[in-house]
Amino acid sequence: MTIDRRRFLAAASAGAATLAAPALVRAQGGGVVRIGEVNSYTAQPAFLKPYRQGWELAQEQANAAGGRRFETIFRDDGGKPEDAVRHAGDLVNAEKVDLIAGGYLSNIGLALADFALQNKRLYAASEPLTDALVWSKGNRYTFRLRPSTYMQAAMLVEEAAKLPARKWAVIAPNYEYGQSAVKWFKELLKKAKPDVEFVAEQFPALGRIDAGATVQALEAAKPDAIFNVTFAGDLSNFVRQGNTRGLFEGRAVVSMLTGEPEYLDPLGAEAPVGWIVTGYPHADIRTPEHTAFADAYRAKYNDYPRLGSVVGYSTMQSIAAAVARAQSTETEKLVEAFSGLKFTSVFGPAEYRAIDHQSTVGAYVGRTALKDGKGVMVDWRYADGAKYLPPDDVVKTLRPAG
Amino acid sequence: MLDLILTQMLNGMASASSLFLVASGLSIIFGVTRIVNFAHGSLYMLGAYLAVTLVGAFGPASPLGFWGGILLAAFLVGLIGIVIEVVILRRIYQAPELFQLLATFGVVLMVQDIALAVWGPEDRLGPRAPGFKSFVMILDSRFPSYELFLIAVGPLVLGLLWFLFRRTRWGTLVRAATQDREMVGALGVDQRLLFTSVFGFGAALAGLGGALQLPREAVTLHMDLSTIAEVFVVVVVGGLGSVGGAYLAAVLIGVLHAFGILIFPKITLVLVFLVMAVVLIVKPYGLMGRKPAATLPGAAGIEPLLTPATPGAKLAGLAALLLLAAAPLAVSDAWLLTLTELVIFALFAASLHVMMGPGGMASFGHAAYFGLGAYGAALAVKWLGAPMEPALLLAPFLAGIAGIVFGWFCVRLSGVYMAMLTLAFAQIAWATAFQWVELTGGDNGILGVWPSAWAVPKAVFFYLTLAICAASVLLLRRLVFSPLGYALRAGRDSPLRAEAIGIDVMRVQWAAFAIAAFAAGIAGALFAFSKGSVFPTYLAIPRSVDALLMVLLGGVQTVSGPVVGAFAYIGLSEQLVKLTPYWRFTLGLAIVLLVSLFPRGLVGGFLAWRDRRDAGDPAR
Repeated sequence: MTIDRRRFLAAASAGAATLAAPALVRAQGGGVVRIGEVNSYTAQPAFLKPYRQGWELAQEQANAAGGRRFETIFRDDGGKPEDAVRHAGDLVNAEKVDLIAGGYLSNIGLALADFALQNKRLYAASEPLTDALVWSKGNRYTFRLRPSTYMQAAMLVEEAAKLPARKWAVIAPNYEYGQSAVKWFKELLKKAKPDVEFVAEQFPALGRIDAGATVQALEAAKPDAIFNVTFAGDLSNFVRQGNTRGLFEGRAVVSMLTGEPEYLDPLGAEAPVGWIVTGYPHADIRTPEHTAFADAYRAKYNDYPRLGSVVGYSTMQSIAAAVARAQSTETEKLVEAFSGLKFTSVFGPAEYRAIDHQSTVGAYVGRTALKDGKGVMVDWRYADGAKYLPPDDVVKTLRPAG
Repeated sequence: MLDLILTQMLNGMASASSLFLVASGLSIIFGVTRIVNFAHGSLYMLGAYLAVTLVGAFGPASPLGFWGGILLAAFLVGLIGIVIEVVILRRIYQAPELFQLLATFGVVLMVQDIALAVWGPEDRLGPRAPGFKSFVMILDSRFPSYELFLIAVGPLVLGLLWFLFRRTRWGTLVRAATQDREMVGALGVDQRLLFTSVFGFGAALAGLGGALQLPREAVTLHMDLSTIAEVFVVVVVGGLGSVGGAYLAAVLIGVLHAFGILIFPKITLVLVFLVMAVVLIVKPYGLMGRKPAATLPGAAGIEPLLTPATPGAKLAGLAALLLLAAAPLAVSDAWLLTLTELVIFALFAASLHVMMGPGGMASFGHAAYFGLGAYGAALAVKWLGAPMEPALLLAPFLAGIAGIVFGWFCVRLSGVYMAMLTLAFAQIAWATAFQWVELTGGDNGILGVWPSAWAVPKAVFFYLTLAICAASVLLLRRLVFSPLGYALRAGRDSPLRAEAIGIDVMRVQWAAFAIAAFAAGIAGALFAFSKGSVFPTYLAIPRSVDALLMVLLGGVQTVSGPVVGAFAYIGLSEQLVKLTPYWRFTLGLAIVLLVSLFPRGLVGGFLAWRDRRDAGDPAR
């Protein structure tokens, strides 16, 4: 509460100061880089509150380091793409931002990307996972930080292919992310292990899983292993019913995003054990980049970082790196700077690939376990995003925009 | 196989019990107070959150701590319900029908931010229930014992409610009030106390429903909205005011759900609405509802007579139009974008008003036609390669055709039943846009729907929008005072007399429905080109709610109300979002305050004030 109020007051006074500054200085951007950040703050607070904190930490550090000052105007799209586009228009036209950033849901990411193309403004997409953002609907002005649906599916397939399981069942939320994850998982696993078969599919509506009946339907197919894409509340309900009904006993489970603190922590002592997941073992990573980040985060917010914090922090970091490289805030120069930009993320060195504008930030792959009545990730390793993308010639066919 | 059928049956019954608890409260509240309580889902969510806190504090391991916490949570939600009734709703019972919906929607927004501030953004997974932590073997399957407990709770509560309504004085009064409120009042029963107690009781049932989900489901900030639509469906399918019907409907939906996902997993998206559409088409008053004794006019009495605009009002309208036309000379591009959007929403609201005001047909699914207009434009651009001009012409026809088809079914119903059937059709349209990925791109939408080169400058597009929308709004206004408009109003005020003088009421309503859909389609098509992309959210429930709010806020029984309402509501919410992270609370509070101050809507309030002044209020 106090943080929010303080932050609101700070934002309000910053806004007032900007208004007071002569318009000419703002237009020329005499030092201050203005970023318009659009995200679903009220619709997805569990991810985006830590995200914003991470972002503000990175901005504070960038400003303290000297060089050009950064200023971010945050806007809430409430989970609606049309509102995100409205904010983007307002940010570009009224607030005169130099670039736009953000996006949580895939469709909002795509809407903002199309806005960026139409208005010739750079868009740094932080979270939206859809492959279309950089491939089929990719465009010159859009760059994405998070490892995509394809990349995370590829990381998990690598592990899944090592399992003896032949008969697989899948469960995914019924929208683009869930459908794409299942599509890639099936395609890549069949390629790696041609004798697998998929015996059951469940696509509950997002946020409205009928967990008991769904678990029973999966159980009835008697699969050897399960691929799960549900997350947040759906995941909690699925896990609880699955535990009680013994769905996971004697079965391997491979699961997207489940190792992220946002989704693992609410499960508490009921967190599943032995699932192969992508995620973020925040307490155990000892790289210098991560330690510095986590310490600063803890000092500022008195809380441990979530994956959202990492994404917010790293996106802001990469923007700072791009502006430094471009020596300008002109859109075309920024596009050139982002293209092939090498920067240091919380997870280590990464690059925005020139070929498809996807960053090579990766994810941690490991197994879930229980420790002191809480879910954690064990036996994890960092999967560098660069290794989980298709070969360049394939990427070229996937991305018509070039 | 037998094993699976039995367990799925039980799964369905367990879900049915959960649904029923919440739905029964809503049904009772509606039966007596005629309030469409949008905040019922919020009360359900509060029940769950309070239970998490209380059970945690009392100790989840001990039976007393757990069950005591659950019951106390339900009791507290009942108190919250009483506060809402006394502080807000009591003031606006005299307002036109459905107006209270606005106030309860304000409460929904406020509760969302309150819950976020109090309980934080992370989901909570509550403890399991003592004594029901594990499972029992049913044939070869493990079945959670708590689900068995829930299966028993449904009929138990149903029995208790039956006892309460048939065997106690309070219950008798509630039933009497459901039949005829005025008469109960005339017989000397304190209606205020009755209404308050009913609302509190209904709220407590919602709270209990939420609290009992604790061992079963994670408690999230999305519980309110994900529940409310489904619960409304249960109430309407069962028959308004019929608690037994609600149980039957809950079982029907729960069991169909459980088996539906075996055969066609993706159907969960829309199944409840399909069921509702079928039931309402076959049984227009739900499974166990009865046709109301007589169709009474709204609580406000006879609707005020609409008169064509006075010279003063015409002048004011002209001035407003000129002001808008001059806007591009004075304001920045950013403001032009906002104004463009406001003008589009004004047409959208005006189109719904034709149905709701003169037509007396409330729609909970008007976004369907707005969205279909937008999709019409986007599909024309994407699949036919059409430029903006023909796409704009073509798009409203998609909405209009849908209006003709859906309208044919809808006008056969009345009141809330009809409104819910429009919602069902809207959800079916939404699910089609969402699921037919090959055609519509699914939830990723259709991108690149930008205007032709000449219309890209913001001022040009604004003028284009203003010209089309102003002309359409004026035509709609003209319609209200045309023979069709008079016939429509006659049908609304007295269907029997209208039929007697030879008006085919259903046909007139059908025509109005189709025209309203067509006009909403125009707004949708313009919206698509102003945003450059189209998504299923355009025809989702929140968009329909926006339309309702705009019309109600402006004043249903006024002609210019919806336009004013659109500017007020959308303008307010757009500005608040920019100003504060707690915009939902602020907007909700603003709505509640406006509703209390202007129980006839903004324009309605103004007109009433003018009439009083002109009549030379003797009190002054």
